[in-house]
Amino acid sequence: MTTIAPVETTRRVAGGIGTSPRRPDGIPKVKGEFAFSGDLVEEAMLWGATVRSPHPHARISSIDIAPALAIAGVHAVLTADDVPGRKTCGQVVADQPVLAGDRTRFWGEPVAIVAAADLATARRAAAAVEVTYEVLEPLDDPEEAERRGEVFRSMHVINGDPDRRGAVAVEGYYETGTIDQAMLGTESGLAVPDGEGGVDLIIATQWVHEDHEQVYRSLGLAPGQVRIHLAGIGGAFGAREDLTLQIHLCMLALHTGRPVKMVFDRAESFAAHVHRHPARMWYRHEADPDGTLVRVEAKVIFDGGAYHTTSHAVIANGTYFAVGPYHCESVDIVGVATRTNNPPAGAMRGFGAVQVCFAYEAQMDRLAEALGMDPIELRLHNALAAGDRLPTTGQVIAGSFPVAEVIRSLAALPLPDDDPGDDPRHLPGGTGLASSRDRVRRGIGFAVGFKNLSFAESFDDYAEARVTLTPEGLRVETAAAEVGQGLVTVLQQIARTAVGIEHVEVEFVDTSRIGSAGSTSASRQTQMTGGAVLEAASRVREQVLLRRGGDDLSTDGVLRDGVVVATLAEVLADGPVSEQVRFRHPPTSVPSETGRGDLHAGFAVAAHRAVVDVDPELGLVRVVRMDTAQDVGKALNPASVIGQVEGGTLQGIGMAVMEELVIEGGVVRNASFTDYLLPTILDAPDLEAVLIEEPDHYGPFGAKGVGEPPTISSTAAVVAAVRAATGRPLTRAPIRPQDVAGV
Amino acid sequence: MTRLIVNGAEYTAEPSGAESLLTTLRDRLGLPGSKNACEQGECGSCSVVLDGDLVCSCLVMTADADGSEITTVEGLAPAGGLHPVQEALLAEHAVQCGYCTPGFVVAAAHLFDTNPSPSPDDLKEALSGNICRCTGYGAILRALTALAGEAP
Repeated sequence: MTTIAPVETTRRVAGGIGTSPRRPDGIPKVKGEFAFSGDLVEEAMLWGATVRSPHPHARISSIDIAPALAIAGVHAVLTADDVPGRKTCGQVVADQPVLAGDRTRFWGEPVAIVAAADLATARRAAAAVEVTYEVLEPLDDPEEAERRGEVFRSMHVINGDPDRRGAVAVEGYYETGTIDQAMLGTESGLAVPDGEGGVDLIIATQWVHEDHEQVYRSLGLAPGQVRIHLAGIGGAFGAREDLTLQIHLCMLALHTGRPVKMVFDRAESFAAHVHRHPARMWYRHEADPDGTLVRVEAKVIFDGGAYHTTSHAVIANGTYFAVGPYHCESVDIVGVATRTNNPPAGAMRGFGAVQVCFAYEAQMDRLAEALGMDPIELRLHNALAAGDRLPTTGQVIAGSFPVAEVIRSLAALPLPDDDPGDDPRHLPGGTGLASSRDRVRRGIGFAVGFKNLSFAESFDDYAEARVTLTPEGLRVETAAAEVGQGLVTVLQQIARTAVGIEHVEVEFVDTSRIGSAGSTSASRQTQMTGGAVLEAASRVREQVLLRRGGDDLSTDGVLRDGVVVATLAEVLADGPVSEQVRFRHPPTSVPSETGRGDLHAGFAVAAHRAVVDVDPELGLVRVVRMDTAQDVGKALNPASVIGQVEGGTLQGIGMAVMEELVIEGGVVRNASFTDYLLPTILDAPDLEAVLIEEPDHYGPFGAKGVGEPPTISSTAAVVAAVRAATGRPLTRAPIRPQDVAGV
Repeated sequence: MTRLIVNGAEYTAEPSGAESLLTTLRDRLGLPGSKNACEQGECGSCSVVLDGDLVCSCLVMTADADGSEITTVEGLAPAGGLHPVQEALLAEHAVQCGYCTPGFVVAAAHLFDTNPSPSPDDLKEALSGNICRCTGYGAILRALTALAGEAP
């Protein structure tokens, strides 16, 4: 673990931590001048397109590229035989073919790639590649996959006395559907050959260094021959953690000697990236008559689809967090990630914690009912706190973990007493499918969720950053991905506060210029890259002060007793002062066979209370209000935190009432924004958020990551509210009108 | 040959077949501010004003827009400044990844042109054709409600 030097800035710096300065990329974004990966152009650039398997499972008998090559303007058609290096890719297990060889294992799997003078020609050429498939039966049922031993990871977490039983028991079976990240910017990028056998890839991704590892290996190049640069990123939410077009773009650029651009359309985007794992979950909860949770038995199956991607870590979260943020002296949790011919599942905001929260919070409500106890009281009675042991792993929770405070502050918020009135805009279904007011029933639901922050299970998780002071101000260099969350602003704020100088520029540099910042996922960058920037900036300050025996630093220069003793230009006359730091969180351990160990660096908890109006006959739901409380450690940029809370919460609402990728026999049936419904501004309820600030043990200034917790309990709370309004069990998310109406 | 007046400047383009106005703007006229996120008129990321009407430029055939006056996100800010909608969105932290932002800016600016003091319900109706996946719309609504409140 890296220790953070204490910061002793004596003056307030404008735009430091705890304030909400505007984001530096805001003006170009509102003016339409910000360059996203899909906006890149290069002279003499070609366009790429991908041939994808229409079958979830097939043997490839032959591929005839001649008809495509014969089209005027086509420069290259490449297949698996043309992959110059490692034929497969993948973050942990490289089991996914760069291009399918003799078999395709999911609908939309890439089979061939083409480069042509323009996009229309490239797409025509892709359609002209003649692939002969021998169609095979897809394995699309995860339970059947488990029976056949088709599993990526199987876990069994056992803790406590297996004979411990409670006086009250409830059982349930729950499902969650496949959810898409639906980031607005589809996959896109540009590869430019360097003329010396290497290549520069400019791409929207969550982790340039991980991409780099996989790309250079499959290109058969030395690491130094491939440089990956961050382009402007149109959202991510997990969808960009695995490779999609990275290797393909580089192959086409190196083969043709020309820059090559690719932009997926929405249908292709749905096919190309991983989704949230669909889950099947069986639960049994037992409690003593006073409400003390004493035993949880569960089995959770997450379908990982055709390839490994991050399934091992997603099912780990599903298993370790299967009880929720509650004490329980005896647990028996089985977690299985299956391999099928469904589309690959991987990272999405909440990463395995979302699915089980839906189930364990439904169980807590059932348990409360069986006990005759108030559901919020039941949660408070069992709430974990810092210093307690997690019931699954047995780990003592380091840092802050204010579960009870989160629950109490949320429960204390006032409930709306407004009548929906007759205005159809305020009724379920809105103006299109107007419910009548007398049919509408209101329900309230409450849910609590948690997950770990940063990577787990002994992963060597670090972030590098470099901070340089010049007479003009500070420069922060990092390879971390700014996906929209506001990392660029928070890094400025941390550097400002740490050094005492307001002018900070953040530069996102390519893989050749700095070490990895790790992934922009697992809610980790504020703590990890933020931690690296804090330490590097603190060292820079220390060095500069030492040079002139100063006690403070400002834009005016080095100060002693409030008087400037040297300007920045004077103290930096011999050159800028620069510090580079590799920051690590507290180490985590390898799990024992029964899933025990200090497996997680830290945790964050959030809770939601949903108020819904339901038309039980039409099956329509309107989320009227959604309040939340979240454990954030320290809100470094309160407006950005609220932005994460509101955005993450609405994604959870989408998963509760409208979003689902419909997959039949391995084939996605709704790969478009017409058919995959996303919440609009009309679906967004009023929201109040309480931020609980109890400093964490390793984030800068006590900050925690805040991106994922808002998505964990949001879905569970909405569905609980609809249960309360209708009395129906609603054991599956998203709920569909037929589930609500009971038809 | 198709003639377009975009942000007050005249352009001619030779769109191929059923090419959309969005493609022409982005790939032929060098105006990438309008974004392509769904190409089905569902998300509003490509919103432009065409002869006074708010449209999804992905659903307009360029050939059909011959002679039309078009305003894109690039044409809204006065030189050296920002459109009030742009300023309002920045002030309320209503921009995250920013991919939907040009569409929201164009749609909101069009609304304020026709209704200078929209109610929150008016704002929601007018912006219900624009999808944002990052913000949850809270900051966008706060920004534009504040702007509506400032109207004389």
